[in-house]
Amino acid sequence: MSNKSIFFLIILILAVGGIYFFSKDQINVALKSDVNGKCNIEARVSIVGNEFPAIQTIGKGVKNCVGSVVKTNLTADHQKIHVAGMSSEPAEYTSAIVANTSIIPLLNNDLIRPLDDLVKSYGNKLKTNQLITINGKVMAVAFMANAQHLIYRKDILEKLNLSVPKTYEEMLLAAKKIREAGLSNYPIGGAYKAGWNLAQEFNNMFIGYGGKHFKENTADPNVNSDAGINALNMMKSLSEFMNPDFLTHDSNATTAEFRAGNVIMMNMWGSRVATLTNAEGVNDEIKNGTDISGPLTVGGGKIPASTLFWDGWTIAKNINDKEAEATFKAMIHAIDPLIIKDENVKNEAVWLIDGYTPTNTARGVFSAVEMKTKPYPMLPYIGLMHSAIGAELADFMQNKEDAKKTLSDIEDAFRAAAKEKGFL
Amino acid sequence: MKHKTFFWFILPTFLAMFVFIFLPIISTVLQSIHTPHDKILMTTENCDPFGCKQVTSLDHDAINNLKRNEPLGKFVGLEIYFDRGHLAIKNVNKLWQNNDSVSQFLSSLYDLPFYKALFFTLTFTFTVTPIMLILGFLIALAVNNINQKLRGMVIFFSLLPMIVTPLIGSIILFWMIDSRGIIGTFIQWIFNDPFLSLKASTLLTWIMLIVYGVWHAIPFSFIVFYAGLQTVPKDQIESARIDGASKFQEIIYITLPHLIPLITFVTLIQLMDNFRVFEPIVGFNAEAHATSLSWIIFNDLGGETRQLSSAASSSILTILGVSILLLPILIRTWKDFYIKK
Repeated sequence: MSNKSIFFLIILILAVGGIYFFSKDQINVALKSDVNGKCNIEARVSIVGNEFPAIQTIGKGVKNCVGSVVKTNLTADHQKIHVAGMSSEPAEYTSAIVANTSIIPLLNNDLIRPLDDLVKSYGNKLKTNQLITINGKVMAVAFMANAQHLIYRKDILEKLNLSVPKTYEEMLLAAKKIREAGLSNYPIGGAYKAGWNLAQEFNNMFIGYGGKHFKENTADPNVNSDAGINALNMMKSLSEFMNPDFLTHDSNATTAEFRAGNVIMMNMWGSRVATLTNAEGVNDEIKNGTDISGPLTVGGGKIPASTLFWDGWTIAKNINDKEAEATFKAMIHAIDPLIIKDENVKNEAVWLIDGYTPTNTARGVFSAVEMKTKPYPMLPYIGLMHSAIGAELADFMQNKEDAKKTLSDIEDAFRAAAKEKGFL
Repeated sequence: MKHKTFFWFILPTFLAMFVFIFLPIISTVLQSIHTPHDKILMTTENCDPFGCKQVTSLDHDAINNLKRNEPLGKFVGLEIYFDRGHLAIKNVNKLWQNNDSVSQFLSSLYDLPFYKALFFTLTFTFTVTPIMLILGFLIALAVNNINQKLRGMVIFFSLLPMIVTPLIGSIILFWMIDSRGIIGTFIQWIFNDPFLSLKASTLLTWIMLIVYGVWHAIPFSFIVFYAGLQTVPKDQIESARIDGASKFQEIIYITLPHLIPLITFVTLIQLMDNFRVFEPIVGFNAEAHATSLSWIIFNDLGGETRQLSSAASSSILTILGVSILLLPILIRTWKDFYIKK
């Protein structure tokens, strides 16, 4: 052997040894994590889904299964690939982890199968409210709930003798006082990035004012109404207390502003609460001063200006029954009630799993459920409405046109899209 | 080259172009004149963790039946091209009748998504292209005149903007110009206005995108022109100097005419590139202020709704736009070629 190859061999050994040395803890943890019994499968399991902590836990649980190939692809872009990945025959993904928004394209394209028989055989640990049924058939199994609700700085509100806002009107008053006291120039935060986020905030506000997106049981748009105008005006008033770049701020940017102490009150996702103040560089004042409460109401309405979401899993239609059975077993194994024995896992989400009791970080979502917040409407054409709102709303927020014009633009944009897709 | 040799030489390229460019365009045209079948709706009872209720959903058996008979979808001809999301013939007609002045008409036209995107795309193309041509040429001249020892390093650094991936470059700049970023804060300090924000103003966002476009594209024109400058005939310059021509006259009467083919080439490439402006809009999160034709296509395809027919129509319209844009230059090049022959 030449000197050179000996040298490379040594480097290689050092590298492998180093990797093992530095990651052996993780390897051990991974090996030990098989606490929830055995999971034997006979056919391929392949999962696509979002990447937030609770879903990572599900992914890890699925990977504990032995007997056949198990693959997971957890990415924030899951909703861009799940339709394509489940359209082929056989489907690349045997299961997609979805929310009540991202299940719609799978339903619209007829890509997921009814689960009733599998639930009967293997689903004895599931609660009835975990079963998502469409036309009497179980199409998905939910494992967690999510909603946007108020996150605020207790310390600042106390300093100014302000009570915790329960309505958006109170939030505006509080924001005014905070600004006058010079504690923050832009005390309100919100994911108002043009596109999906901005449209979602509109949906919240619109529902809070009692609006209905469509005329009864049709795809006829119905946003050009008093509720729509009120919703837009409220969003404009709120935006005056937001960082002027608000149209470019998504949930991540808004969270960063809160962590930096610039934002005092924000309507934010429950799934972000657990990790909100854990980030590096968040000072103790903010860490100790942060608190959460339920979603806000608006315009004297009783229904919160927020929407409820569930996350759950589906099983592909274009696979054989063996793979479907294996996937179902693996997913049931991953959401076994035993997983929430682990405190960290328990904190990751508002689990719908049997035996879960709300943690401190789950109070917001729980009170959203108690306050009878409406679920995000699971209609075949709601996605088109959501994109139409996202595209047309920015003009109003920039004072380029009035509320009425924006709302009629939204309806026109929706009609064009719905016509193309065959809904109108 | 003999015709036969030429044929074998070009065959692989031709085949690749046929499979990867020609066939997809045909498929895009087909998709743009078809839409999905009419959806058949029914009312069903749906249940989720938050309760049960009556909602509208799709009747898949009936829809699949339609699909089996006509897998391409419903033939609609040019309907999608003319709908509100694209050329919006009906809306434009109405606006033309309701608005008295041309400027009023144009500003209300800006409200329609396709025209909004077209306005920005054209503005971007026709500002970035000339600016980068001129600046690229000036930089090439400057570099050509500096000390031989420094030249290599200067060329390397001048190429950096092009080496950086457009998306990454724009994301880096995005955070620098944030109202809390280094450039954003600096601008607020200069104008003494703590509420000033580049990202909140449409005009400033456009300027920023154009500046970014120029910054990103200059290295290309610079390096092409710099290569061209090495081939400027020395004897012509010498005789011009003997005749008493100034440095400026040298450039106008000798260098520029010599570089004309290169200038045409760079213009052609850049018009095409800038007309397809896309990454900066995504990177700068600028869709509230500026959209482009490519962005519309991306927006239709991305997300959960996937409007394939709409995206296909926009693609075909973009191809038509590029062809119209390049036509004058292509005709000119064609003529030059034949005149020289």
